[in-house]
Amino acid sequence: MRTIQVEKITDAVAQMCKEAAYYLPEDVYQALKKGKETEESPVGRDVLDQIIKNAEIAKAEDRPICQDTGMTIIFLEVGQDLHIEGGSLNDAVNAGVAKGYTEGYLRKSVVAEPLFDRKNTQNNTPAIIYTEMVPGNKLKIELEPKGFGSENKSGIRMLVPADGVEGVKKAVMEIILHASCNPCPPMVVGVGIGGTMDKAAYYSKRALLRPLTERNAHPKYAKLEGELLELINKTGIGPQLGGTTSALAVNIEWGPTHIAGLPVAVTICCHATRHSKRVL
Amino acid sequence: MAEKIRITTPLTEEQSRKLRAGDSVLISGVIYSARDAAHKVMTEALARGEKLPIDWHNQIVYYLGPTPAKPGDPIGSCGPTTAGRMDAYTPTMLEQGIKGMIGKGSRSPEVIESMKKNGVTYFAAVGGAAAFIAKSVKKYEVIAYPELGPEALAALTVEDFPAIVVIDSKGNNFYEIGQKPYRKL
Repeated sequence: MRTIQVEKITDAVAQMCKEAAYYLPEDVYQALKKGKETEESPVGRDVLDQIIKNAEIAKAEDRPICQDTGMTIIFLEVGQDLHIEGGSLNDAVNAGVAKGYTEGYLRKSVVAEPLFDRKNTQNNTPAIIYTEMVPGNKLKIELEPKGFGSENKSGIRMLVPADGVEGVKKAVMEIILHASCNPCPPMVVGVGIGGTMDKAAYYSKRALLRPLTERNAHPKYAKLEGELLELINKTGIGPQLGGTTSALAVNIEWGPTHIAGLPVAVTICCHATRHSKRVL
Repeated sequence: MAEKIRITTPLTEEQSRKLRAGDSVLISGVIYSARDAAHKVMTEALARGEKLPIDWHNQIVYYLGPTPAKPGDPIGSCGPTTAGRMDAYTPTMLEQGIKGMIGKGSRSPEVIESMKKNGVTYFAAVGGAAAFIAKSVKKYEVIAYPELGPEALAALTVEDFPAIVVIDSKGNNFYEIGQKPYRKL
């Protein structure tokens, strides 16, 4: 049995909040540069140019890429032979979020109650925390700050098995066309297929953590990712003001589902697809 | 892109009505930031017959909630937020004399009708280019509703703030114009 102190978790999470907010992942940066080379619209190229320059300024000066530094989504994989000492794991993670968002001059964008009072919690907590127990004695932390300009354009469809691949494509494209210029394209599109309604949504969030250069391990899903990307790039949405670079990638995650169902969830992310990973 | 048009605030109706969808502009002067919560508070105040904290006549509103400024900086990262969330409040606000709005994303038919009637221009700044845009902001001063934190009503002094006219006062929509040639579905 290995032991880890909660302070270590708090410090790691605080650091990860800042990193994710300031430094655009290299794969996303490269995809934007490639997009600028292939973009057919002159206005679209100007927009991509500004987005690329923005990422460079943010990195060089430790500034948030976007003022929407997101609601913090955290995926934990806890080794079952790891002993966490000194307090609750969730409290340690949330303390890290509060520390990171305060020290890092990130925007506090969380309200405690959604409908009536909507009072800002002033430190961006609570985070959305997903915890999984896995073999081993390590703690893996993956952090995804999620902006809500794009989150508001995400969606879910409960298809039936007869809808098949064409039904999935139609559902995804309906959500994308409805989102249009609003979610700060070029988008990164996370698609979750299978599970239950909530599990499909979870898959679609996890999908955004995968590098944009990496296709799904299952060849049929990898092919579907390519086909969806091609369709999305034919919508004309482009980099906000029209063009051919509407999305940088489509990442699908899938899982077992019920004999009667075919849930499809789409999480749309903006060009600032941010994440950070640590193993403690 | 054609040459950029320089705009200095306040923006008159006459100037606003000359701008066309697709025009690139550089805005200088004072603009005012307000987003969801400030719009709700302002329209509720108007419904009660109260006066607003600023006179919106010929002013430009920027839909923004910035990150906190680092020590020594006037403002943190400060890109536009989705304008459509303000649509429910916008016709009421445009009646207050606003002549320009800066945000990102589409607007409702009701907003576009009110823009035509009042001679208002809707500009887009590049969504997510928040550190880049911060370079054009020289001063940030909270004017009202400090309790709303990043959603407070604030005055921003800007120099050559880059934006593009996406919907003009005739209702021409550059989102539609810009997408059309590339739509191949």
